[in-house]
Amino acid sequence: MAEIQQQADSGGKGGKKRAKKMSTKIDMTPMVDLAFLLLTFFMLTTTFSKPTVMEVAMPVKPKPGDEQPPIKASNALTLLLGEGNKLYYYDGLLDGNTKPELKLSNYGADGIRKVLLQHKSNPQLVVLIKPDDKSNYKNMVDILDEMNITDTKKYALVDISKPDQELIKSSGL
Amino acid sequence: MPKVKPHRTSPSLDMTPMVDLAFLLVTFFMLTTKFAPEEAVVVDTPSSTSEIRLPESHVITISVDKDKRVFFGLDDDEIKSDLLTQVGAKYGVSFTPTQAKNFHAVASSFGTPIEKLPALLNLDGEQRKLVKQEGIPADSVNNQFIEWVVAAQALSRKQYGKPSYVAIKGDGNADVPTVKRVIKLMQDKNINRFNLITDLETKPVAGK
Repeated sequence: MAEIQQQADSGGKGGKKRAKKMSTKIDMTPMVDLAFLLLTFFMLTTTFSKPTVMEVAMPVKPKPGDEQPPIKASNALTLLLGEGNKLYYYDGLLDGNTKPELKLSNYGADGIRKVLLQHKSNPQLVVLIKPDDKSNYKNMVDILDEMNITDTKKYALVDISKPDQELIKSSGL
Repeated sequence: MPKVKPHRTSPSLDMTPMVDLAFLLVTFFMLTTKFAPEEAVVVDTPSSTSEIRLPESHVITISVDKDKRVFFGLDDDEIKSDLLTQVGAKYGVSFTPTQAKNFHAVASSFGTPIEKLPALLNLDGEQRKLVKQEGIPADSVNNQFIEWVVAAQALSRKQYGKPSYVAIKGDGNADVPTVKRVIKLMQDKNINRFNLITDLETKPVAGK
């Protein structure tokens, strides 16, 4: 900030020679600049340094002899995470006799989210998430996130099975 | 008629209170900031809408990068030395006091098999960054990874009375089998709660 030195009127007429008084004000501008630069830097670094986490609880390892209740096919929805960011799903379970219809979907807001919301009418719904070995970790996080967004409570991460992989292959989607 | 002189006010204003405040804030932020620890591996985490923040301390970070390498990290300074001694003893590797001291800087994220750890610890900080770490062995044949986790959990329980949080930091392009294997290994040791580290993303409105 430019300081305007207000020249004191010198009375002239040969008074006492005074020692020249220096102004006590110093220019604080560079210091303030630096202070605010540091302030901005620290403010930005503190806010963004903490990453967020998504909590995942996996089931406790079943003790030998514990019988797991089977899921009813009418309550199941299976999601298959394929390679190349593809996402397939089918209603019910896959077993020897029934061959469910495989449908293609995507990770966008118009894709699997709509499907999940449609299925929410069934309170007993269990979503089985089966990531293929060729899918990437981002797909897994996306789909778990989708569970949080649609507020789906019951879901499980399951290994993909051979029939599932064959179903994807044969469907040609 | 005398000319009317406008009253001249000095254009400089007193900045002292502002500067006081600025420095107060600078001091505050400088003291509260904890710089992100040196990461041995670049991991580009995917984003999610979760708003839960990672806890401040007692966190074990397991990083999985896109080359299927597994890295282990621990942030509690108090138990780092004990951890190194314990895991070293299991594999018959002993460490000098200097190496143990260097481990404090390394332990926040490293991915070196225990046999090669002494060599890594002998290097100084700059050289260490240049070393390409190969990842901690995490398979059924040579499972050093789970030893680190189990030992860290046990030490944390002893020191702080509770086990550490297990945070998995996977790269968006990491492959699922590696992540699943890591999870499975920990499930075998009855660790069932995981935190997946993600970036923040704004939450879309469900039902639109």
